[in-house]
Amino acid sequence: MMLSQIAMALGFSLILLGLYGALTNRDIIRMIVSFTIASTGVNVVLVSVGYLPGRSAPILDEAVPVAEAATRITDPVPQALVLTAIVIGLGVTALMLAYAYRLFRARGSLDISDFTELKW
Amino acid sequence: MTTRSFIPLVLLALLGTVFFALFVGFTPDETLNRTASYYATQTVPETGAQNVVTAIIVTYRGLDTLGEVTVLFLTAAIVGLVLAQSKAPKGRSGSGFLPSGELLTTGTRMLVPVILLFGAYVFANGHLTPGGGFQGGAIVASGLLLMLLADPAERFSHRLISRIESSAGLIYVILGLLGMIFAGGFLDNRILPLGWFGSVFSAGAIPLIYILIGLKVGAEFSSILTSLEDTEDAQ
Repeated sequence: MMLSQIAMALGFSLILLGLYGALTNRDIIRMIVSFTIASTGVNVVLVSVGYLPGRSAPILDEAVPVAEAATRITDPVPQALVLTAIVIGLGVTALMLAYAYRLFRARGSLDISDFTELKW
Repeated sequence: MTTRSFIPLVLLALLGTVFFALFVGFTPDETLNRTASYYATQTVPETGAQNVVTAIIVTYRGLDTLGEVTVLFLTAAIVGLVLAQSKAPKGRSGSGFLPSGELLTTGTRMLVPVILLFGAYVFANGHLTPGGGFQGGAIVASGLLLMLLADPAERFSHRLISRIESSAGLIYVILGLLGMIFAGGFLDNRILPLGWFGSVFSAGAIPLIYILIGLKVGAEFSSILTSLEDTEDAQ
């Protein structure tokens, strides 16, 4: 099995693991942790898609001459996308934590089954 | 096993099947696709940056990055808004903690300047080495987090943080507009000379823009950290 396939399998399992945690846990903090695990999995999958076997990082220094760049570097676009995704993921996590704090102040509990307003 | 714990497993099994099909059917490309090979061959003549990812983020997709920084700003603002109602009275928050140990206090005093310097290095060299504004900003904010851990009662000036944040954002947009006037379009980096390939002062406006992004991201993360820190401990 190649490196990129291992990374991709790992990413997919992290997504499944995170979603499993988010669906089964009753505690809001644990759900937030599960969501961050799932988003890490998405990032790992995206980076592994851009990996080309036997090539080096998209930085054109002494190791990769400019003239040979197109045949020597991996795909830079997924890496740029993942950088964005990581930053936005961090913002989403901070927001979720802030809302969790407000929910705790409002109800004195972080158990999701104590919040029944949106339940049908 | 109840139905309640059964449904998530069924959903995940279905999703896992989709993932498995994707995984089995995936074969890595032999060559770069058209977009990627354009970036690989044209980055150096067009932007002069060594790091192709940086060239994409700051120049080719500069507008997306501006939007991303805006999303981060909105996050910081909303976190501040949501937590503003439960702000601790001055000197209250963190005062109930035990004093942090000698090791943490001395270590903080030693490490924080080094961490800030490293963060500045990472965002000033974003066009040459792995790293850039977002990573450097996160490192700077981690130095601040260390200071908060060492002394939870410490307060940082919200006004200073928001000044840094808003002026960096303003200069970023102005640089983008200058690109429309003096070069090919919004956020074009060729408003400054491309310089000697591989040196710190090269790649036109990319180092400048990445320093601004670094300051802005560092200030935004710091403002999230301080608003989380300022909140009252629930009874």
